[in-house]
Order: sequence, then C-alpha cells, then structure tokens
Amino acid sequence: MSGHSEFQPTSAPAKWLERRLPILSLLHGAAVAFPTPKNLNYWWTFGGILMFCLGVQILTGIILAMHFTPHVDMAFSSVEHIMRDVNYGWLIRYIHSNGASMFFIAVYIHMFRGLYYGSYKEPRELIWILGVVIYLLMMAAAFFGYVIVWGQMSFWGATVITNLFGAIPVVGDGLLSLLWGGFSVDNPTLNRFFSLHYLVPFLIAGLVILHIWALHVPGNNNPLGIDVKGPQDTVTFHPYYTVKDTFAVVMFMLFFAFFVFYMPNALGDPDNYIEANRLSTPAHIVPEWYLLPYYAILRSIPDKLFGVGAMGLAIVTLFLIPWLDTSRVRSARFRPLYKQFFWLFVIDAVVLGYIGAKPPEGMYLIIGRLATAYYFFHFYIILPVLGLVETPKPLPESISKSVLDKSAAGKPA
Amino acid sequence: MTNKLQIILGGVFLAAAAIALPLDAAHASEGGELKHVNWSFNGPFGTFDRAQLKRGFQVYREVCSACHSVKFMSYRNLSEAGGPEYTDAETKTIAATNKVMDGPDRDGEMFERPAEPKDRIVKPFPNDNAARAANNGALPPDLSLMTKARHDGPNYVYSILTGYADAPEGVVMADGMNYNHYFPGQQIAMPPPLSDDQVTYEDGAPATLDQMAQDVSAFLTWTAEPKLEDRHKLGLKVVLFLIVFAGLLFASYKRIWKDQH
Repeated sequence: MSGHSEFQPTSAPAKWLERRLPILSLLHGAAVAFPTPKNLNYWWTFGGILMFCLGVQILTGIILAMHFTPHVDMAFSSVEHIMRDVNYGWLIRYIHSNGASMFFIAVYIHMFRGLYYGSYKEPRELIWILGVVIYLLMMAAAFFGYVIVWGQMSFWGATVITNLFGAIPVVGDGLLSLLWGGFSVDNPTLNRFFSLHYLVPFLIAGLVILHIWALHVPGNNNPLGIDVKGPQDTVTFHPYYTVKDTFAVVMFMLFFAFFVFYMPNALGDPDNYIEANRLSTPAHIVPEWYLLPYYAILRSIPDKLFGVGAMGLAIVTLFLIPWLDTSRVRSARFRPLYKQFFWLFVIDAVVLGYIGAKPPEGMYLIIGRLATAYYFFHFYIILPVLGLVETPKPLPESISKSVLDKSAAGKPA
Repeated sequence: MTNKLQIILGGVFLAAAAIALPLDAAHASEGGELKHVNWSFNGPFGTFDRAQLKRGFQVYREVCSACHSVKFMSYRNLSEAGGPEYTDAETKTIAATNKVMDGPDRDGEMFERPAEPKDRIVKPFPNDNAARAANNGALPPDLSLMTKARHDGPNYVYSILTGYADAPEGVVMADGMNYNHYFPGQQIAMPPPLSDDQVTYEDGAPATLDQMAQDVSAFLTWTAEPKLEDRHKLGLKVVLFLIVFAGLLFASYKRIWKDQH
C-alpha cells in the first residue's frame, strides 16, 4: 500500500499492539497520511458517501432483523408492527427503505464520475472491476430486501425476475427451483432471500476493503486525469479530505433526511403497501427505479432468452470498459468529443430508466429499442473509435501548476 | 464562502425537489384526475386535526366498519398521541361495545368477552370467504394502509367517496357494479357508502357528504401513518441540526484548506 507513513506509536499500549499487529500504522497510512491529489472536486466525495450508506444500511438492517418475521403469513404484518409498535421503528424502517435509493443515487454518481474522468484506465482497471462487482451485489441485496417485505410488488417482482433465470438454456429450470426452493415464489423463497439479504452486505463490505486497497496502490485519479508528479501535487488525506468528505456526507444526509421525514414513500410503489396475493396480479409490474434501465433493455427485445441475454450483456459490458476505451487520456476535460458523448450516454441512461417505468407499447417500445441500441453503440463503437480519431487537448504539466494557474487566473491582474 | 455553501445547500434541496415532483406527477391514477383537498397534515409542518380524526373514526365505525376492517389498528391507538386522542376512559368504552373471542379458559373452552384497549379493532367478518359471501363475491379490502397503497392516497379515497354518478349513456355496467368517476375502469363493486346526514356527528358538525368523505379520508391517513406527527416534528429538528453542522464543517473545511490555495 502506498503512502507508507512514518507512524510511531507513542503510548505504551499502542506500542504493545503495533509490535504484535501493525494495524495502527496500517490505518494511519491509509486514512491519515495517505497522499491525495490536491485538486479533487466534490464528485470525489461520493466514495465516502457510499461508505456512509453501507454503514447506515447494515446498522438499520440489523435492528430491523430483530423485529422482522420472514414468513409468508407474518412478513408483511411484522413490517407494520415495526412501523407502529417498535420504538422509532418507523424511523429505522424509513431510513432503511429510502437508504437503498440513496445508496443507488450515490453509486450512480460515483460510476458516472469514473466514466467522465476515466478513472477506470490503466493502472486502475481492477478498482473499476471490483466496483462493478460491488454494484452487482448491491442490486442483488436491494432485490432481496424488496422481496422479503412481501407486498404485492415484492411478490410479483420476484416472480418476474426469478423467471428470467428460467430462460437460461440447460440450467434454467434447475436454477429456478434452487432460487424458489419449490415450484413457485413461496415461503422457502422468502426464507432464503432473507438469509441472502443479510449475507450480501457483508460480502459488499469485504469487497469495499479490496476496492479501497486497490485504490491505494496507484492512489486517486483526479479531475485532470494526469499522474501525481510529487509531493507538491498532494495533500495528506487527513485533515484535508476527512473534513471535505465529512462536509459532503452531512450535505448528503440533508438530502436523505428530506426523503425520510417529508416524503418517505415517494420513491416506492404504492402497490407494495398491499400484502402479497398470488391470485391478483398488479396492472403494471415494475422494479424499483434503480433497476429500470435494465428492465427497459430486457423488454425492448421481443424474445425472452435474447432479452435476458441483452440485459446480461448490458451489465457484463461494464466490466469491459477499461479495454473498450482506447484513449490514453483519462479526463473528459481534455477530450472534446468524448465529453459530448459522455453526456449523450447520461441522457440515454435516463431515457432507459424512464422507459423502464412505462408499459412496453407504442412509442415507448420504439424509444426503448433505440435507447437500448444506443447503449451498446456507445460502448462497443463510440468508445473504441473515439480513442483513435479524437485529438485531445494538451494536458497540463502537473497538478500543482494547474492549481496555481487557476488561482492566479481567478484574481484580477 | 457562505455563497458557495448556499449554492450547495440550494442544490441539495433542488435535487430533492427535482426528483420528487416528477414522481408525483407521473403517478396519475388510471381513473379520472383526482380532486384535491388542502389537508391539515400536508407539508413539513402538517398535523392531524383531532376533531376531524374523531369525526372520521365515527364515520368509519358507523358506516365503513360494516364491511371494511382496519386490521393493523388496536383500540389503544385511539388514545395515543398524534391520533384522535380519545381519553383512556373513552377508548375503554368504545372498545367494550365490541365482542372478541378469547380463550381457551381453564376448562379448555373459548369464550366471548368485551374488547379491551389492547385488542385489535374487531373485524366485520371472521375471514375473507365470509366477507365475499356477504358482498356479492367482492372482497372489501382492509383499510389500514389504503391511503399509502394508492397514489396520492388521501385525495384518492376522498375522490372515490365523492365520485359516484349515474353511468354516462353508452357505458354498460356489469351486474351489481356502480359507476365511479375516479375508480380505475370506472366500475366499483362498493355501492355509494355515504349520503348527506348519514351520521349525526358527536361534535355537531354538519354531516354533508363532502365533510364525511374528508373526515374519513383523514382518519384513514392516520391509520396508515400513525407516526406522521412524530415524523414531521423530528424531521424539523434533524434538518435544522444538519444545516448548522454543515455550516460548521464548511467553515472548518475552508480554514483547513486556506494554506493550499
């Protein structure tokens, strides 16, 4: 791990511990002395915000699990028991349910940040890949959590999503019975989803450690996308970035609180306040907002197997980005063409999300198909070609020089 | 310095609003455009109107409860803070007018006793089949969570209750169905439940259809969200704390970074 600190424990217990397990110097090197580019902007605070989100979900989740009953006859009413009879249960449950959305808002900003500033490029490919794995696990955890509260959309969402696995040739049927623990979504499904919902966040926590470990080898990328040249380009992580990240986390908490206290159900589907009923299918089965773009891709293909395949490819594509992008220049600031295509892609992702919430018919279907095609076009055609044809702007000499120029330009001559 | 803070703070609230507003708009019901009431519980400082909740409970008890349960509510909730806030004595009296099955006693026999505040509000039917049998095959849904189980729930319930009309010419009604402008598909199994002066309000308020519909919608908003007032009150404290805390952190941030620019 880079950023070896000359950490010397002073107190006797610290010295005792350090000789046996050098964990204090490890933490000091990683979170105090760690040299960090001095020009990181607010988009870089979302890593810390995501750690906060994971912590909040685990903490509230552990408390909720103390009061929740994972059984088809009692799951829904045990959630209402939490909302009504558990002290501050309404608060804990609203933080947890909105927390899932907050987690995804933060992770999408974090990922788009990486795409804009080329943070996935050599030598940071593995950081990106670990991040995509975390993102996949987040989707799994969120899906399991949404199912176990056993509302109408839980049940029917689970039925639709698990059936997708049935489309896989050869192993599909076996996989389906394994997911269900029977012949349909039922009590065994609820039980195993609850178990997995408790497991996955700890897998995420483990991967977050690897993600940060891998980050601390080359150090942070930065808005200029150029390498750190020396100590004049960096500041120590503490106190410079601990204070900035904490400020950003508190701003994020304000945004979070706005939903928890004033519109706690705005991001959810009202149908999930109706208890699951296998005899009554909701008019529109839609996943939670953060999965809608993939749902749109799935439904834009008229064949089930190919639809599932396209959705799978849309996710697999994320792993390949470090090699699909052929440009050596990281930051979009110096890539005039890529910058425009980046924003086009953001719009495409939003359009896919919007289409995912609409019934697949008429104009929605046509727009959905175009947006799906553009999703793949962006990654498999635009990204590789752009690196070959684009003339990047000249890169600045160093981070410190660029920072000095900027502050000089800001003052009247 | 404070300018930048204001910009960031403004950005946070704008972002929240930008996400929230289209969500509300996108959720138009499949029935007609809902009527809107200026509810006392709307907005960040909203509270329930105790008198209205009591009137709403009276409407529920005298009219709706013939067919609809509120299975997540107990009689004790009626006297808890943030609700209609009946006195404990009133709640006991209200509960005791209903009978619940208890037991087995020492001899192994089940027995009936008057309901107590600890009991769940007694359901009109022992099970769903009995409810269907008594209602032409249609199941009257539980109402505890109704205002959260529909888009714009309080306005939806109010609109349904006041949305009955004669079927327009050319609309063929299925057997036993009633025309309601706001119900998805416009055909609802529930006959018009409320008409002027159907109840005699204990507080003497005029019992118009509109008044009763508003009162019972407010009551059902409370059954769906009994901690709404706690939530609004705590929210204000949390938001104020976070704004002050953010200001202090921003000042620390500027001070720590001073030597870097």
